[in-house]
Amino acid sequence: MINFILNGQEVASHAKVNDRLLDILRTEFRLTGVKCGCKEGECGACSVILNGRLVNSCLVAMGSIEGSTVMTIEGYCETERFTVLDKAYAAVSAVQCGFCIPGMMLASECILAKNPNPTDAEIREGISGNLCRCTGYNAIVEAIGIAAKEGQGLW
Amino acid sequence: MEAISKSTKKKDHEAKISGRALYVDDHVMDGMLYGRLLRSNKARARVVNILLPELPDGYYVVDKNDVAGINRVHIVLDDTPVFAEENVEYVGEPILMVVGPELKPVERILHEIVITYEEQVPVLDMRKSDTVFFNYNYAKGDIDQVMREADQVFVETFQTGYQEQAYLETQGIIAYPHDGRMTVRGSLQCPYYVHGAVAKALGYEAQAIQVIQDVTGGGFGGKEAFPSILACQTAVAAKKANKPVKVVFDRREDMEFTSKRHPSVCTYKVAVKNGEITGMDIEVLFNSGAYTTLSPVVLQRGLICANGVYRIENLRVTGRAVKTNTVPTGAYRGFGAPQTFFAVEMMMDHLAKKLGIDSLELKEKYMVRQGDETSTSGKYHFHVPLPEMIKRIDELTDYREKRKCYQQQTGRYRKGIGLSMFFHGCGFTGSGERDMIKAVAKIRKNADDTVEVLASNSDIGQGLKTTFCKIVADTLGIAYDQVYIDNPDTDRVPDSGPTVASRSLMTVGGLLQRAAAKLKQEWKTGQEQIVEEHFVEPDFVIPFNLKEFKGDAYPTYSWSVNAIEVEVDTLTATTKVLGAWGIFDVGVPIDLNIIQGQMQGGFLQGIGYASMEQMDYNDKGIIRNNSLSDYIIPTAVDVPNLITEIINNPYTHGPYGAKGAGELPLVGAAPAYVEAMENALGADLNKVPFTPEDTMRILQGADQG
Repeated sequence: MINFILNGQEVASHAKVNDRLLDILRTEFRLTGVKCGCKEGECGACSVILNGRLVNSCLVAMGSIEGSTVMTIEGYCETERFTVLDKAYAAVSAVQCGFCIPGMMLASECILAKNPNPTDAEIREGISGNLCRCTGYNAIVEAIGIAAKEGQGLW
Repeated sequence: MEAISKSTKKKDHEAKISGRALYVDDHVMDGMLYGRLLRSNKARARVVNILLPELPDGYYVVDKNDVAGINRVHIVLDDTPVFAEENVEYVGEPILMVVGPELKPVERILHEIVITYEEQVPVLDMRKSDTVFFNYNYAKGDIDQVMREADQVFVETFQTGYQEQAYLETQGIIAYPHDGRMTVRGSLQCPYYVHGAVAKALGYEAQAIQVIQDVTGGGFGGKEAFPSILACQTAVAAKKANKPVKVVFDRREDMEFTSKRHPSVCTYKVAVKNGEITGMDIEVLFNSGAYTTLSPVVLQRGLICANGVYRIENLRVTGRAVKTNTVPTGAYRGFGAPQTFFAVEMMMDHLAKKLGIDSLELKEKYMVRQGDETSTSGKYHFHVPLPEMIKRIDELTDYREKRKCYQQQTGRYRKGIGLSMFFHGCGFTGSGERDMIKAVAKIRKNADDTVEVLASNSDIGQGLKTTFCKIVADTLGIAYDQVYIDNPDTDRVPDSGPTVASRSLMTVGGLLQRAAAKLKQEWKTGQEQIVEEHFVEPDFVIPFNLKEFKGDAYPTYSWSVNAIEVEVDTLTATTKVLGAWGIFDVGVPIDLNIIQGQMQGGFLQGIGYASMEQMDYNDKGIIRNNSLSDYIIPTAVDVPNLITEIINNPYTHGPYGAKGAGELPLVGAAPAYVEAMENALGADLNKVPFTPEDTMRILQGADQG
């Protein structure tokens, strides 16, 4: 058994040590907000926050997460910070096909957690591991900027 | 700004941002089997023998012998086999499918199957193809005479490469039999295309097929025809196993074996007399790959755009889409237009240099105006806003000044700026809307006075759920929250045609507006009412005749001017995009945020096409750039200064003045980018993508020279 904290809850998984975290989250825990885009760490659709850092869950082996803390979009959308980002994304209609969006939201959180007042260039750098084929990124960058302003003190 | 243009919260925002939206791979059904395709690893061969291992219980092999209906996927010409018969025509052609309750054993079985091939010599180079799938020619004026009388005839060839749609969600379908029917659901753009194809493959009556669109993670054309192929294969498997079957591609499979943009080679011969362009003789060649799929219509659009936005009275355009033993190519945002617009814009640029003027000056001299004839002897019925767009671009970028300033640079870093002007014909090409699609749309008022939109067009990220609902709510004068739309289900929605060709909002949105206006007149509070509307061609249209290739290919056009500024590092041959500016006329935006998102996303996709999206096959016919590590698309840091503006130029026959929008922003990025590279490098360039390797070749050539 592999024990870890998933979205604030202690869980135990039957996974093998070389299973991907991505697959276990989707199949064993039915957390389908974690999306599979490429399985080689290029697209960021499967991003989760692992011990406070943004990672591609397709590149994380289950054997390495004993005792870790994992947050997916399902856990994140229960937070106050999510609410601020959600509103900002809605205000600029940053969500198009939506497939990259759970990963983008977690990347947004990590940018703001590290730096509550990022510049546009820092925001772009922070989401550069998350591909989006729909938006051209402008609206997403703008949304994160709005959330930084609106969420003063939250991050 | 019009009142309707004011942005509202998107209908699908909440489901998507919270991760609750269910895409095809998120669905699990009781007893569901998983399928994987076994594909040809030869580009051209006869399949001599297939040796199968013993199958565990509950596992099936599905092939051509299981196709009860016709073993051809209904697209246009119906030549794509559902599963390969005697011959395979490209690396990746599906031969059979293995399905079973667990994926690992499915994959083991696939590895144990032995196929014996009798190899044949494949045709890989489109210029050496001896099979012409489609051939269209048209002409006006007397091109032979102006060529004979010309002072000079300039000849040049331009090339464009594959472009991969690279939607974030790969292709996927679930099929399940029930009550003597077959339901197919998945990631797709055109439910009724899938419906027709699956009925033919299973040999079922149309009523026995149901197609449901799941939330779709992007399409860009890649989910126009391809899902019909996968749906036929999956439905045949589900019928054989009598269980639900799910097939979701991994990224490599998706990149190597699904359709992509047609590579092209275009040759332009331009006659010049007394310093004036007197005629163009244009040859367009598209690589269709192994099967015809959508190539006839892609080629038609490419040919209609071959002379760009210019008044060319003596014109001859000949076009061929040819067969090669490579992956079949198909629909991609722009649909043939990005290829020929690249060629004509570069040709004008090179001509201008030869005539000793700047390209913008030459382009301005020949660009069309309202009332002018189109390439196919139709008419530009409405205002052509190119002059004010050029003025605005110049204000934003200081284009004319920079262009001069960047000539004859030396030193390590060299800048360049380029400009393109272009249109996108709004709606389905030619008489397709009137003769083939015949769109029908409905709205239903429920007893509780909520209103449901019933149409077969799908929201694949472009915001259709929101814009359709806005049109209906505003026309009825009721709250936006009172109007809703579910994903299309062919059991519930009429056939309002495919989600393609920048037609959904202009054509189907127009039907919904009419339906809403009618419902408003007949509104009965507390009662259920249904209103249905059918497509009628606007009466000003000069009917298009495909045989003669004459008439209005489109009722109207969306227009744009792009400028791109670059800085080339001549030591490393890398290029930075300093700025990209696009002015777009899409009629009246139905939602400004949504339109801006479409323009920015499409423009960046076009810059990717121009600068970095390099894909090609090797001498065995295998596509090697089959991952997002090897096929690079733009990230958030690649074009930080991307600016898009909308001008107000209402289309009198569109809903609220709207016209086509989705494809426009991709069409002109490539020539603007390559023109900028020419300005920086001081050389004539003629290919896209134009990558750092190409820059290095130019720089080294210059050094040696």
